[in-house]
Amino acid sequence: MNVIVCVKQIPDPALPGALDPSTKTLKRDGKLILDESDSYGVEMALQLVGKAGGGEVSLVSMAPNGETSGMRTALAMGAARGVLVSDPALQGTDALTTAKILAAAVQKLGGADLIIAATESSDGYTGTVPEQLAEVLGLPSITFAKSVDVDGTTLKVNRQTEAGFDEVTCTLPALVSVTAGVVEPRYPSFKGIMAAKSKPVDTVTAADLGVSPVGWAGAGQEIVEIGQAAARQAGEIVEDDGEGYAKIVAFLESKKVI
Amino acid sequence: MKVWVYAQQAEGAPTSATLELLTKARSLGDVTAFLAGDASGIATTLGEFGASKVYATGDLGGHLPGVAASTAIKAIIDGGDSPDLILFPQSYEGRDVMARLSVKLDKTVLTNNVDIAVDGSTVKVTTPVFGGNVLVTSSFNGDGPYLAAFRPKSFPVEAAGGGAAEVVAAPVGELGATGGAKVEAVHVEEHTGPKLDEAAVVVSGGRGLGEAGNYSTIETLAKLLKGAPGASRAIVDAGWVPYSYQVGQTGKVVKPDVYLAVGISGATQHMVGMKGSKTIIAINKDKEAPIFGIADLGIVGDAQKIVPKLIEALQGR
Ligand SMILES: Cc1cc2nc3c(=O)[nH]c(=O)nc-3n(C[C@H](O)[C@H](O)[C@H](O)COP(=O)(O)OP(=O)(O)OC[C@H]3O[C@@H](n4cnc5c(N)ncnc54)[C@H](O)[C@@H]3O)c2cc1C
Ligand SMILES: Cc1cc2nc3c(=O)[nH]c(=O)nc-3n(C[C@H](O)[C@H](O)[C@H](O)COP(=O)(O)OP(=O)(O)OC[C@H]3O[C@@H](n4cnc5c(N)ncnc54)[C@H](O)[C@@H]3O)c2cc1C
Repeated sequence: MNVIVCVKQIPDPALPGALDPSTKTLKRDGKLILDESDSYGVEMALQLVGKAGGGEVSLVSMAPNGETSGMRTALAMGAARGVLVSDPALQGTDALTTAKILAAAVQKLGGADLIIAATESSDGYTGTVPEQLAEVLGLPSITFAKSVDVDGTTLKVNRQTEAGFDEVTCTLPALVSVTAGVVEPRYPSFKGIMAAKSKPVDTVTAADLGVSPVGWAGAGQEIVEIGQAAARQAGEIVEDDGEGYAKIVAFLESKKVI
Repeated sequence: MKVWVYAQQAEGAPTSATLELLTKARSLGDVTAFLAGDASGIATTLGEFGASKVYATGDLGGHLPGVAASTAIKAIIDGGDSPDLILFPQSYEGRDVMARLSVKLDKTVLTNNVDIAVDGSTVKVTTPVFGGNVLVTSSFNGDGPYLAAFRPKSFPVEAAGGGAAEVVAAPVGELGATGGAKVEAVHVEEHTGPKLDEAAVVVSGGRGLGEAGNYSTIETLAKLLKGAPGASRAIVDAGWVPYSYQVGQTGKVVKPDVYLAVGISGATQHMVGMKGSKTIIAINKDKEAPIFGIADLGIVGDAQKIVPKLIEALQGR
């Protein structure tokens, strides 16, 4: 079974985010890392291919400046190859165009039995790319998976719902979007990290893939204003001296909760 | 302006997100609702909140709504009734339907919004970024239909008092290859007490509780305060509590009178889900924890010591 995982490479979320005042997009000039949300998809793919007893895990990513460090992490975990779409023309690309680009990258790899993405990325969290990608590729999809199994050519998913979960099945090929925590992502081994250095990553432009318009030209939206939200003020902060609970009781009383 | 609201129902009534969007939509133009399901039980309420008409697919026969509802909406638009704007709830169903529809119509989506303004034919939506400290307003380019999704609790709920919405059948038709996913079984988690997103008091626990077994103190506390227990994503991912407990960007948005955060650091993704609370109390052993930056009352200390005393004091009343 062949699986393609969408891996987004993002600025380290531990660093404070900032908008570039001139382009009004998220600053992405530093080193990019593998979005933790996608590490679950990579792990899931490796486990499913392992269980199927054959096949390969490939990656698709769209990122600025020919950045591959996040992809290398996924390759070090065990993925075999990747396609990176990197092109200055892509700046300002919206989610719909991102899906069209990723679809073209998937086709460049010759498609797959299963495509995996995260339910939403950590930096943009638009939360629509996987389902848009499935529609562009003409594939069925099961979103918000909290467990995934493949039995022959049947995909079996427990799909998170607002009230609990649904058991959903689908015949491959298909796309699935996975929630955080579905599996425990492995740490790349030293051997894996060394091997990843020589694994093939094919870097292409939007034009190579024949997708246009892209970037600001293709986006159906523009940012017109950036403002500050009204900040919440901190109140009384006290060290617990054993009587901290009584402060809470008094506060609840003053708010007439008790 | 012709405005559609993507409606959802639960337990025989429109969801609160649906009523919020209808209330807002009324101020923007003529309102039509769309429902993936049977609308006969909710047409009256949809009408009271301003929808003159509701397109309804009827039972989806086990199909997921993403493909089915977007196909039905595309068919209505191709048939000549095209909205200028469709408002979606930022729910699983809303996200999937708008994503599929955006490809079918080749239109962009704007998600995670908390506000909308219409100025002539220009539609602008506002979304908070960086944990809500910065508000970004975007406008749609080109022609509609414009597709926008809104976080829960973005708008107040007010009935307008209209008659029942006219129910118009919107059959799904042939779905082809994309419609291959089938729901085989539905599991609903039991819950007692007030709903997390409706409760007047919410008591949430995080990784600072130390271990899964300690979460029961949060439940006890919530019960004593007639509130609902909630959680950070860290302990949902760790499997301590089900996802339905999660507060935050990818969980529920809550705006209770009192929000009590126990052992929660206050990551931006958590704060977007609770900073609209009327008052916030935090217990955390780290006085630098970001949650204290928005707390009305903060107790710096060990939750394992403070919470049992608090429970005892409340039980004694
Ligand atoms: C704060 C913020 C808000 C934004 N809001 C919107 C909006 O409302 N509408 C809009 O059209 N655009 C929006 N954008 C732009 C959006 O981030 C880009 O279009 C981006 O290319 C894809 O969106 P995402 O990461 O938000 O996608 P999501 O839909 O959240 O991504 C889900 C999953 O798809 C896969 N994926 C997504 N992008 C890539 C990639 N480049 N490479 C590999 N896999 C990928 C990953 O598995 C990811 O986890 C926003 C950007 C920011 C910074
Ligand atoms: C795309 C994306 C979406 C996300 N969505 C959400 C979301 O919807 N909701 C959400 O909550 N998170 C979300 N997160 C995760 C978020 O970034 C944080 O990782 C998470 O909120 C942290 O949970 P926590 O505060 O319980 O844990 P931690 O950050 O580990 O904090 C634990 C806290 O407990 C304190 N503590 C430790 N021991 C004690 C003790 N004995 N007594 C008192 N205090 C103690 C510590 O000082 C610390 O502040 C999201 C992340 C991403 C990337």
